[in-house]
Amino acid sequence: MDIVKDVIDTTLSTITDVLPIAVILFGFQFTVIRKKPANLMQILLGFVWVLLGLSLFLLGLELCLFPLGRLMAEQLTDPSFIHGSAAAAKGLEQISWQDYYWVYWFAFLIGFSTTIAEPSLIAVAIKANEVSAGAIGVWGLRLAVAVGVAMGISLGCYRIVVGDPIHWYIIAGYVVVVIQTCFAPKIIVPLAYDSGGVTTSTVTVPLVAALGLGLSETVPGRNPLIDGFGLIAFASLFPIISVMAYAQITAALARRNKNEDNAGPESDSRTG
Amino acid sequence: MLKTLQQLLHSMLASIRDLIPIVAVILFFQFFVLQQPLPNVGQLMLGVVFVVLGLTFFIHGLEQGLFPIGESMAHAFARKGSVFWLLLFAFALGFGTTVAEPALIAVAAEAANVAATGQMIENSMAAKASYADGLRFTVAFAVGLAIVIGVLRILKGWSIQWMIIGGYMLVVIMTLFAPKEIIGIAYDSGGVTTSTITVPLVTALGVGLASSIKGRNPMIDGFGLIAFASLSPMIFVMAYGMLI
Repeated sequence: MDIVKDVIDTTLSTITDVLPIAVILFGFQFTVIRKKPANLMQILLGFVWVLLGLSLFLLGLELCLFPLGRLMAEQLTDPSFIHGSAAAAKGLEQISWQDYYWVYWFAFLIGFSTTIAEPSLIAVAIKANEVSAGAIGVWGLRLAVAVGVAMGISLGCYRIVVGDPIHWYIIAGYVVVVIQTCFAPKIIVPLAYDSGGVTTSTVTVPLVAALGLGLSETVPGRNPLIDGFGLIAFASLFPIISVMAYAQITAALARRNKNEDNAGPESDSRTG
Repeated sequence: MLKTLQQLLHSMLASIRDLIPIVAVILFFQFFVLQQPLPNVGQLMLGVVFVVLGLTFFIHGLEQGLFPIGESMAHAFARKGSVFWLLLFAFALGFGTTVAEPALIAVAAEAANVAATGQMIENSMAAKASYADGLRFTVAFAVGLAIVIGVLRILKGWSIQWMIIGGYMLVVIMTLFAPKEIIGIAYDSGGVTTSTITVPLVTALGVGLASSIKGRNPMIDGFGLIAFASLSPMIFVMAYGMLI
């Protein structure tokens, strides 16, 4: 009964993960604030749901997504898969970066789809939607972030394949972020900065790390210790850019709509 | 009871919809690109069921427990008016949630290996363990400090752009001087520190504070705590790599 053991293990590790947080929260609640929250029962029950949910979620990922995803990352970066046709034509040494096209596609799609399922991004999107009174759509934000992660990871894979130093990419990304910050709607800037850190938690990190390590082991001349890292940095930089771009595009469309028909200012200002 | 069930059912449908893209991508690559059969179909199906249920329960608990307590504490601290306790709470939350984070423990161990291979430290178990622990506490301290700075920003109404851009510039400058082996890990450590439980709590704290202080806009001032929490570990990890 391996599964029973897995269930217990995962639940225990989730509890040790949640426990310090619960101690801090309730410690401050009872010693500093010294007031019982109005809906204590509901909150406690909520913690139980979170605990249960996170355990099941991680367990499920460990059962289905992670082994399969890691296996795929290995197979896609396997020399015999990549070199299959290319090597026959050109010889092993002359494989160019284009021959890894399936890797980029995999990176893009897996980055996109895992971000859509990322629980902490869902949480932030719910909050942002609530706080902005609906102006920022839950799906708009999630799709914008997912596109950013997807582009970031595929670019990160390209970097591993060609072997450029990581910091030029990251610094160039920061420059874009700084420029966008000057022009993007004020309201989106903090949220965009946040979405960088939000994207990379439970679902994305293990798969992306496997992809990076697999790729840097396969590509000749790469050192997994140096080149295998850094994909997560790409995945947390690009959503900042894509979320600001999303807000800029939405704002630009709203402006154009307003100019076209002055009749209704509410016409369709929330495209996307 | 019936209402809870209805909510659960509703968010279960949403969870299924959220997971369809992953399933589609995996199936596409397995069958069309790699052209291999699915191994262990029974276990995979069970895993998918767990993931759907888990995501459903998590989101439900988030709305019932994590969001309300984060916000009610933010309101309580704002009413109490004690900056000291609020900042101490902010630090404890940042430090406490990070120090036990499994992703961070994994990254720290990996970083110790890199450091040993690069001959920055002695290649022994004890040296590696102490390096990894040092790194872990450095990152946790960095996150705690980041939340403190972020909360101070909300209280004072400082604009986030200059702080974040200044932080990035510091990262860029430090990159030029930090040992090459640590750079990738430092950049990654920014992303791994913010766990699935920390993010909703910290977001609720920020939004709650900003909405209970007069003159603050929850949209502009409430978000941004996570940005600080993912920026400062990069700085501290590079500093750690330079010092040791």
